[in-house]
Amino acid sequence: METNKLYLYPVWVRLWHITNALMCLALILSGVSMQYSNPEFPFIRFDIAVSMHNISGIILSAMYVMFFVGNWSTSNGKHYRIRIRGLLNSLIKQARYYAFGIFKGEKPPFPVSKEMKFNPLQKFTYALTMYFFVPLVFITGWALLFPGMIITNVFGFGGIQITSLLHVTAGFLISLFLIIHIYFCTIGHSPSSNFKSMINGYHEPH
Amino acid sequence: MAQKASKTPVIRTLTTIAVVLLGLTFFMVSNAAGKKEKHLDDETRQCLRCHAEARYFLKDTVSGDSVIMKMYAELRIDPVNYLKGTHGAFKCTDCHSSDYATVPHPASVKFETDYTCLDCHGGDEAYAAFHFETIDEEYARSVHADSLKENFNCWSCHNPHSYRLNDAKVSITDKVAYDNEMCFNCHGNQVNFEILSGKKLPNLISNHDWLPNQALHFKKVRCIDCHAAQNDSLMVAHLIKPSKEAVRKCVECHSTNSILMSSLYKHSVKEKRNELGFYNGVITNEAYIIGANRNYYLNVASIGMFLLTLLGIIIHSTIRIAKARKNGDK
Repeated sequence: METNKLYLYPVWVRLWHITNALMCLALILSGVSMQYSNPEFPFIRFDIAVSMHNISGIILSAMYVMFFVGNWSTSNGKHYRIRIRGLLNSLIKQARYYAFGIFKGEKPPFPVSKEMKFNPLQKFTYALTMYFFVPLVFITGWALLFPGMIITNVFGFGGIQITSLLHVTAGFLISLFLIIHIYFCTIGHSPSSNFKSMINGYHEPH
Repeated sequence: MAQKASKTPVIRTLTTIAVVLLGLTFFMVSNAAGKKEKHLDDETRQCLRCHAEARYFLKDTVSGDSVIMKMYAELRIDPVNYLKGTHGAFKCTDCHSSDYATVPHPASVKFETDYTCLDCHGGDEAYAAFHFETIDEEYARSVHADSLKENFNCWSCHNPHSYRLNDAKVSITDKVAYDNEMCFNCHGNQVNFEILSGKKLPNLISNHDWLPNQALHFKKVRCIDCHAAQNDSLMVAHLIKPSKEAVRKCVECHSTNSILMSSLYKHSVKEKRNELGFYNGVITNEAYIIGANRNYYLNVASIGMFLLTLLGIIIHSTIRIAKARKNGDK
């Protein structure tokens, strides 16, 4: 049985992933607390939430640099490269499997291998999140950390207001990604096998 | 002749309209000019010959000796700001002794008692909206009255020679800068602070180190918004509290029930949320406050998306569990 296991997640990916997960959680909790701050029902005290959000954001930015450099200098980057040709068909195929095939006991249309760690739907959402929404949340987040640098007025709207809206929207979509990501991780050899993979590095075939 | 007769009423009508329009234009121009222009009378000009300058020329009429003297900052008056100020229409001797007309001024003028706001505005129906009596009561309970006693009065903050009311046309940012300047005049100036209190000036910046984005807060919020107790009947709060009683909980401003709506934005058009769905939308004209300016429509959309995601997960996982049980039973 041991021989069937694939070593897919090197140490740096696992360290990056666990730090990412913890920081994202801290950012979501502190972010929601600030956005819905209420003196009568404080979730996290506002000043603590601000510090928590700032520190987690800075650590997560450093982690993103690690991710970017790691993907650029190792073969891990290939798993995030999307081929436009046939993309729609493979996305539909994978979505159909999740919507129907999985309940009928069908085999996954794109089984995990050394060459293809992510199925097309995973690859698409991971790339979209990591190369669009996460950079967007970082750029707007760093700008909000130094609000004096933000353009005061953009076509009649406050620069800070627009930056904040983009930050909150991108942050919310990343939070949704996180929830869906955690749920889909329960689809594996067993509900807990994918979580174990991110600790020991070995993937158990489904 | 018939043609000439028919033209005459038309010409007459047009001439009448032209005369009326010209008259109206003249009236409007002269009226506007009358409203805008405030003039310095001769007596005031005479005072400002010295008091508007950094140095003034003084001649002893007996000995004929002359000297150039320094005009101290607190005695200098900027004529432009004076004219722009609330009291710009007054002559100097409307408030000051006529003895000042003698130059050099006699020693007796040193004993002149300054008017207070209530001396002119107290009990006056024309100024009822300002509630000067309430302001006086609030001030009497303030930290300034308590710790500085007779060394402090209305003029310590409101320079009678330049003070002006900021109307609704003035931007919030300019209003904040103007009002905070009054506080910084002492709390950011060692000399002025020491003259009043006899104490060393505490470091304003390091005392506010706890405040994130300090410079932005100083630019967008007035000192009194955190340091004064709000009073609904007053346009501007005057009960300045001791520093340890100032607002320190961020959430008091950073929430939909932001206290800024009853202080800094008190006179702005109020609505729970604006047409774009921003709570306390009036703030977004010039600023953005996290927690106070969230958007209603984005709120609804995000809660909807979140619930749909959870619903999707619940349905998917329930079917998965049911199928797994069914397969296990087989």
